[in-house]
Amino acid sequence: MGMTIEKVRSVADLARIELTAEEEQRITEALQAVLKQTEALKQVNTEQVEPTIYVRPLQNVFREDEVQEGLVMEEVLANAPETENGCFKVPRIL
Amino acid sequence: MATAYEAVIGLEVHVELKTNTKIFCSCTTEFGGDPNTHVCPGCLGFPGTLPVMNKKAVEYAVRAGLALNCAINPYSRFDRKNYFYPDLPTAYQISQYFHPICKEGYVEIELGGKKKKIRINRIHLEEDAGKLLHSGSSITSSQYSMADYNRASVPLIEIVSEPDMRSPEEARAYLEKLRAILEYTGVSDVKMEQGSLRCDANISLRPVGSTEFGTKTEIKNMNSFRSLQRALEYEIDRQQDVLEEGGTIIQETRGWDEEKGITSSMRSKEEATDYRYFPDPNLPPIVLDPAWIKTIKASLPELPDARKERLVKECGLSEYDAGIITSSRSLAEFFDRTVVLFNEPKTVANWMMGEYLRLLNAEGLEVSESKVTPEKLAALLKLQADGKISGKMAKVVFEELFNTGKEPETIVKEKGMVQISDTGALEEIVMKVLAANPQSVADYQAGKEKAIGFLVGQVMKETKGQANPGIVNQLLKKKLSE
Amino acid sequence: MSSLLGLTAHQLQGLLEKKELSCAELVKAHLAKIEESDGEIKAFTRVTREAALEQAQAMDAQRSRGEGLAPLAGIPMALSDNLCTKGIVTTCSSRMLENFRPPYNATVVEKLQEAAAVLLGKCNLDEFGLGDSTESSAFFPTRNPHDLQASAGGACGGAAAAVAAQEVVFALGSDAGGSVRQPAAFCGVIGLKPTYGLVSGYGLIAAGSSLDQVGCFTRDFTDGALVLESICGADVQDSNSVSSPHTDFTKHLVNDVKGLKIGLPKEYIEGVAPKVKTAYEQAVAKLEELGAVCEELSLPHTKYALPCYEIVLAAEASSNLARYDGVRYGLRVEAEDVESMYNKTRGQGFGEEAKKQILFGTYVLSAQQYQDYYLKALKVRTLIKQELEQALEKYDCLLTPTTPTVAFNLAGKGKNHHGRGGVQTHGLTCPASLAGLPAVSFPFGKAQGRPIGLQLIGRAFGEGMLLRVGYTLEQNTDLTQLSPAVKGER
Ligand SMILES: [Zn+2]
Repeated sequence: MGMTIEKVRSVADLARIELTAEEEQRITEALQAVLKQTEALKQVNTEQVEPTIYVRPLQNVFREDEVQEGLVMEEVLANAPETENGCFKVPRIL
Repeated sequence: MATAYEAVIGLEVHVELKTNTKIFCSCTTEFGGDPNTHVCPGCLGFPGTLPVMNKKAVEYAVRAGLALNCAINPYSRFDRKNYFYPDLPTAYQISQYFHPICKEGYVEIELGGKKKKIRINRIHLEEDAGKLLHSGSSITSSQYSMADYNRASVPLIEIVSEPDMRSPEEARAYLEKLRAILEYTGVSDVKMEQGSLRCDANISLRPVGSTEFGTKTEIKNMNSFRSLQRALEYEIDRQQDVLEEGGTIIQETRGWDEEKGITSSMRSKEEATDYRYFPDPNLPPIVLDPAWIKTIKASLPELPDARKERLVKECGLSEYDAGIITSSRSLAEFFDRTVVLFNEPKTVANWMMGEYLRLLNAEGLEVSESKVTPEKLAALLKLQADGKISGKMAKVVFEELFNTGKEPETIVKEKGMVQISDTGALEEIVMKVLAANPQSVADYQAGKEKAIGFLVGQVMKETKGQANPGIVNQLLKKKLSE
Repeated sequence: MSSLLGLTAHQLQGLLEKKELSCAELVKAHLAKIEESDGEIKAFTRVTREAALEQAQAMDAQRSRGEGLAPLAGIPMALSDNLCTKGIVTTCSSRMLENFRPPYNATVVEKLQEAAAVLLGKCNLDEFGLGDSTESSAFFPTRNPHDLQASAGGACGGAAAAVAAQEVVFALGSDAGGSVRQPAAFCGVIGLKPTYGLVSGYGLIAAGSSLDQVGCFTRDFTDGALVLESICGADVQDSNSVSSPHTDFTKHLVNDVKGLKIGLPKEYIEGVAPKVKTAYEQAVAKLEELGAVCEELSLPHTKYALPCYEIVLAAEASSNLARYDGVRYGLRVEAEDVESMYNKTRGQGFGEEAKKQILFGTYVLSAQQYQDYYLKALKVRTLIKQELEQALEKYDCLLTPTTPTVAFNLAGKGKNHHGRGGVQTHGLTCPASLAGLPAVSFPFGKAQGRPIGLQLIGRAFGEGMLLRVGYTLEQNTDLTQLSPAVKGER
């Protein structure tokens, strides 16, 4: 199963990325090549093999339930594209 | 011929944990506060920040799981649920999709004297989202919205039931029982109004006798036990109408409109997004030490069912009274503490079931918010038992106590309410009343025993209600038979 | 003054201690070098000149009061622009974060501040660390100081070039599959990627969370040890960070490899350019001459490392980069409704390479593909990791080339390197990343005027061994010390 322009459109939709027609074309081709490379993995027998999610064998890394000061309002909003009343303003939600 | 349908209901309940800090950062979880004042780079999803697990949240999730008869998974971990929404700072919610912390529990409910187990499929830990404020009256009619991330990353547990409920009443009973148990464990405030207890329902219909599931809808926005029941009742009617007209149920999310009393479509599930769940490499897994689980289990308080049984067996309360008193931990503790001070459990129960709950409900108060303490209620009951005030007076005193929190003795004194139990003083009044009512005396002596009631009333009137009615009765009988 | 340039941190520290040099002089000399070279090389996205001069002067004042100097005090350094610096724009070389000023420092930045190193600026990289040439930077590609036609490598090509061009003494970058080692190899400097978790990743804007590790670029192994000692350690803000008992790295700088067993995995030599192979063989001969036991071995899963790495990296990156939605920080392209705003912001804010990676990651994580791609890759990752770990039970470390070839040419204005096949050049570096193992690239001669890099891979928390072997080579051959890239040298 190769990559198609329809699939690229559908993942672009999921990833909320608007693509130009040229980008759709180029990325489809690029991903076809990448997918072809990954075909090699199918040759590997991974029956009975556990996935590696964490490279180090850590577990139970916990923090005590103690409050620390957060950011001051100025810092919170300093990078925001648009604000109102201490909030991040966003356009209409459909 | 019309088909008879039965409802199949499952609930997804979100419970905010009562930790001091958020699940993955050290910001306070305090409710309220100006927008974006309880935030840090972490819960704002700033680039480069990393989550660090709050130990207390893990402990509380285990505690809740144990109280709900769940098995605790020795291995659990966190996954990312990827979707875009302005209340979600990283565009993924950290949750437990593949390996939740608890599984396979149950809650026992009782309806009309019949007990039923509602199974719990799983409990998982996750983070809450922020809050959106809208410029208009509703989200879709607003020109713009505003995001406040104070609530973002507050720890939640999601309790997913099996589709074991067959009526709105059962669903409500389940949710009430869940609330009670969680309140007992102390892991949450479980307040639906403040959103620390939230409930979504999955509901489908099927012909009675069928074992297959029909197409379900998911109902959201139910903000009270009552609205849960109403929404499910409505949805059953709606689905039944669709089916009876030969239509098909669309799998979708429907919102409950409390004012209109209807559910309406929010979005279709077919076009639901692909969440692309995958394990979050930033959070090492949780591998629970059985010894720790044991310690948590040992620290669990007596839970509602056990407590109810004890009140029935040891205190002689009725199933009904015991059920109500144990429906919340604060009420049950109030009962126990009062009984220690005034060892007549039934009397205490009567007062709690009657006056106390009536006033609490009328004022919309919690036990913890009320001015009545076990010490004060016990003092009041003692005054009555010692004959210092009548039952009628006691009710007046209680109301005053409820409103002001004053000591019952003080209230009694201030109101000049002391009951006259002094036989000498009463005898004088009794003689006066007998002299003034010869007809009633004659009636009584002629065998009309009821006439004594009138005479007691007259004595009470003379004493402005302060006479001890028991003593008055005795005195009257004695004088009339002389 | 120019004699100062090219010295290492430990050499400069000696001069500073003897008061033969002031911090201000040192910083000014490097700022002047940046002024002179960086117009061409383009290692920096931003130079923090004023703050650097201020800090240097403050430190001189401290010294004149007789206050002790911290280990890296006064040493000019640079940070890859994906490390958060409080109040200083941190772009990840993306339009998305062109004006983003983090309200906090990365932990390594805090640690370098404690060590009193002087930040001269932020360095160019492939956008969000996705690439191997800096050509996916939204701003400009960085040129290789040894050959301006050549790429400095990537993702952290800017940081490598800044050290190679003597604009700074050392620099930090991040390495998810080779983003420190490959540019180090291309630019002829040392690039050290520590064991996953040895250095805190808090404040590193990571593309691949399970892969990315902060690493350093230095001119010699002694500096590598010094910098690593300054930045390592457990951090409460990074759950994956650990405190290793073996962090006295400078103690491992011993000129002795006698009896050490060094593995030579044959799969790493397949398809390698002849001159790189020759250099590799020279290094092996040298180590044997010095008493090490070198032995060929086979790691048959090596060829699966690159596809495995590409899937894991893209998957994690697609999720990590989802937060750039135009709401809280960064670019927003205005639109009528929030969904269009997302689509336009992300469509215009990300460059094509980042988009490609995000879309590939989204694809492999989608419900239908998860098992076949993402989960499969995680399983293959296990095999690669096990294979490396087993080999390292037998060998003290492994020696490989860092890259199959020397630096490739920049594609040229208006072009990109997609035709070249994306992250191909990380094929020999990504296995250690997949396994979370430490690895270091060091220069070993040149071919056609472009540096050759060799790689040592060690056991988890075995950085000391890598430093020892590298240091020994450094002491016994001049091939690890490449003549400084001077303007015009070709
Ligand atoms: Zn926070």
